[in-house]
Amino acid sequence: MLYFSKLRITLVCLVTLFFIYIASSNFQDPENSFITKRINLGLDLQGGSYLLLEIDNGPVEIQKLQNTTTTIKSFLKSNKINFYDLRIQDNKIIFSVSKNDIKVVENLFLDKESEINPYYSQYKSHQFDLLNQNDVFILTLSKYGLIEIKTSSQDQAIEIVRRRVDEVGTNEPNILKRGNNRILVELPGLDDPMRIKSLLGKTANLTFRFVTKDNNETFGVETLQFEDGVNEAMVSKRIILNGENLLDAQPQMNSQTNETVVSFTLDRVGAKRFGKATSTGIGKQLAIVLDGKIVSAPVIRDTIASGNGQISGNFTFQSATDLALLLRSGALPAPLNIIEERTVGPDLGQDSINAGVVALFIGFLLVIIFMFFKYKIFGLIANITLLVNLFLLVGILTLFEATLTLPGIAGIILTVGMAVDANVLIFERIKEECSNEKNNIIAFDTGYIKSKTAIIDANITTLIAAIILFFMGSGPVKGFSVTLAVGIFTTLFSVYFIARMLTGLYVARNKEKDKLI
Amino acid sequence: MINFNKFYKLFNLISLSLIMMSIMLLFVKGLNYGVDFKGGTLIELRSNDKKISVTSLRYSFGNMNLGDFNVKKFGNENDFLIKIEKKDTSANAIEIIKKELRSSIGDTFTFRRVENVGPKVSSELLRSGIIAIALSLAAMLFYIWIRFEWQFSLGAILAVFHDVIITLGIFSLFNLEINLSIVAAVLTIVGYSMNDTVVIYDRVRENLRKFSDIKIYELTNISINETLSRTIITSVTTLLALIAIYLFGGEILKGFSLAMIMGVIFGTYSSIYIANPILIKLKVSQKTIIKEDT
Repeated sequence: MLYFSKLRITLVCLVTLFFIYIASSNFQDPENSFITKRINLGLDLQGGSYLLLEIDNGPVEIQKLQNTTTTIKSFLKSNKINFYDLRIQDNKIIFSVSKNDIKVVENLFLDKESEINPYYSQYKSHQFDLLNQNDVFILTLSKYGLIEIKTSSQDQAIEIVRRRVDEVGTNEPNILKRGNNRILVELPGLDDPMRIKSLLGKTANLTFRFVTKDNNETFGVETLQFEDGVNEAMVSKRIILNGENLLDAQPQMNSQTNETVVSFTLDRVGAKRFGKATSTGIGKQLAIVLDGKIVSAPVIRDTIASGNGQISGNFTFQSATDLALLLRSGALPAPLNIIEERTVGPDLGQDSINAGVVALFIGFLLVIIFMFFKYKIFGLIANITLLVNLFLLVGILTLFEATLTLPGIAGIILTVGMAVDANVLIFERIKEECSNEKNNIIAFDTGYIKSKTAIIDANITTLIAAIILFFMGSGPVKGFSVTLAVGIFTTLFSVYFIARMLTGLYVARNKEKDKLI
Repeated sequence: MINFNKFYKLFNLISLSLIMMSIMLLFVKGLNYGVDFKGGTLIELRSNDKKISVTSLRYSFGNMNLGDFNVKKFGNENDFLIKIEKKDTSANAIEIIKKELRSSIGDTFTFRRVENVGPKVSSELLRSGIIAIALSLAAMLFYIWIRFEWQFSLGAILAVFHDVIITLGIFSLFNLEINLSIVAAVLTIVGYSMNDTVVIYDRVRENLRKFSDIKIYELTNISINETLSRTIITSVTTLLALIAIYLFGGEILKGFSLAMIMGVIFGTYSSIYIANPILIKLKVSQKTIIKEDT
C-alpha cells in the first residue's frame, strides 16, 4: 500500500497541475490565455437583476372558452344539430340539445378523432371534459387541456419576453422557463430594472378600430378610456388591424408638428386592410387601442395605401421609443406579473467578492497554522493537500463554468475547514496504530484501511445534505450546495492520492523513527 | 481517559430542557422570518450624507404610507437596511419609494440591493425549505439505518434533531432573521452533526466487534475517548473557517455563519452526549451488530 508506482505518481501530478492551470485561468487576461473557461459570477457577486414573472392565464382561458363557443356554434350547425342555451358560465361552456341528438353529440365530442375536442394521446385525455346531465352538456377544460393552454402561452410569452429584453440590449440576459406558468429573467449587470419591468408589465395588445356612435353595430361596441384617464369614447369591437400586421415601428420626430410619434410599417395584408378602411372611412375617427386604452383617435383625412402610418399621443421620446419597442416585439399572450425581484448593485457585488476573498484567505491561514502546530511534518502534508484541494475545487468549478455565489464562497471556506477532517481521521488512526505496532509501515497501512469507513460515511452524510439542497434550494443557495458537493469529491481525491503519496514517501524514509507522528 | 458518560444524565437533562425551551419559544414567540419567507420588500441603502441616520430614514419612510416597516444599520456606518412588510410587487413600487426618498432626503443615496418577494413565492420558498430539512433528516435516517442498525439510526437522528431545534430556538430567542441562507446553514448543520456522530459510531461498532465482554456504557466511553482528538481538531478547524466568514465575510453572511457556528458546537456536543447515551439506553451489545454481519 505504501508503494506508489511511478506511473501513478506522474498521473496524480499531471491531474493536479492540470487543475491548477485551469483554476489560474480565472485570473488571466482572457485574450492571452489558452483556456477561455471562467467561473461565472452569480448575480449577487457581479450585480444584476433577477425577475420571476408569472403568467396570468385567466384571460387566455376565457379567450379559449369564447373561441370554442364560437366553433361549437358553427360546428353543431354544420352537423345539423339543434341546440339552444349555448353560454359560458363559471369557466364552463353549457348548451342543450334535443333528446335524440344526445348520442350524436357525445360521439362528436368524445371521438378520438374529434375536431372540436382534440384528443391528446400522450395524456390519454381530451382538451375538454364533457359532462352530460339529461339533455344539458357541460364542457370544462380538462387538466391536460389547461396544461396545454399554459405551456403554449408560456412558449409564446418567453419568446416575446426574449425579444423585448434583447431590444433593450442588456448584457447576456438569461431567460428560462420555470414550471408551466413562470418565466425567470436574469439580467447581469443591470442595477436598475425599472425600464425592463415596465416593458414586461405591458401586454402590448394593439388594435385599430373605428370610433362609433352607433350602439347597434353588428360586432358590438365598448366604451374605452383614453390614456389620460379622463376622456372616453365608444369604439366598435370590429378589429381592422392588430399588432400582428406590424412589420416595424420606430420613434420619430414629426417635423411639421414638432411632436414625437411612433411611425409604423404594415405587412401586405395589413396595408391592404388599412388602405380599405381609410378609403371607406374618410371623416371617421380611427381609434388606436393599446391594452384596452385609447392612445389616440385621429380623424381619417385621406386613404393611406402605402402601409405606413404614425401614432401620435403626447409621447416623450422615451415613451415613444418604448412603445415602438413593444410593437416591434409583439403582444404577450397574457399579462405577466412580477412575483419576485432581486437586484444587487455592482458595488455591493464587488464588496461581497472582496469580503469573501479576505474571509477565505484568513480562514485558510488559520487552519494551516493550526494544523502545522498540531501535526508538524504531517500538518505540512495536510496543508499542501488542502492547497491542492482548493485548486482542484476552483479548477472543477471553472471547467464546468459553474456559477459562484456569495453562499458558494462560504461553501469553499467551509470546505477548507472540513476537508482536513479526513486527514485528521487518518493521522489519528496512524497514531493509535503506532502505539501497539512497532513497524511504522504496517501502522501506516492499517491507519489508512481502518479509517476508511468512517471517512466515507462522514462524507456521504454531508453529500446527502448538499444534494438535497441543490434540488430544493434556489438561486444563491444552490451555488453553496454545488461548492459543498464538489468540495467533498476534491477532498477525497486529494486525501487519498496527494496526502497518501506524500505521507507514504515520508514514512518510507523514516521507517525506523520512534515517534512517527 | 475522560469519563464522559459519568455526566450524561445531567447533560441529557440540560439538553432536554433546552429542547423544551426551544420548542416553547418556537411556538410562543415564533421565528423572525425575513423577506424570503414572509414576502415584502428589502432595501439596502447606502448614503453619502453623514446626516442621514436611522431616525431620519424612519421618518422619511413613515411618510410614505407603506404599512409596517423596519429600518436598521447594516454593518457600515452609512449602510442601512429597510424592510417593508407590505407585499407590493407592482412594477413601479421601488421607483415610487426612490422618488419620495429623493424629495425628502435628497439625492445622496444609492440602493445597493433590492429584494421584492410576493406572497406566493415566499410561501413556496418556506414550504420547500421545510421539505428540504425534513427530507435531509429522512435521508440521513435511512443511510445510517443501512450502514448501521436502527438503534444507531435513532441515536443519530435524535442528536441532529437536538442541534437543529436548539439552533432555531436561539434564533427565535434573539430575534435573528431566518432567510434562505439559514436554511442552507441548517442543512449543513444536519450534515456536519451527522458526520461527527458517524465517526464515533463507526468506532463504537468496531469496538463492539472487538470486545464481547465490555458493557456498552464503558464501550461508548472508550470510543468517545479514542476519537476525541479528531473530534476536537475537526471542530476547531471548521470553527476557524466559520469565524473567518463571520468576521470578514460581510454582513450578508453573518447570519449564515452564526447559525453554522452554533450548529458545529451543538453538533460536537450532541455526538457525545445525545447520540451515545441513546445506545446505552437501547442496550446495544455485540449481538446487535453480529446479527447484522451474518
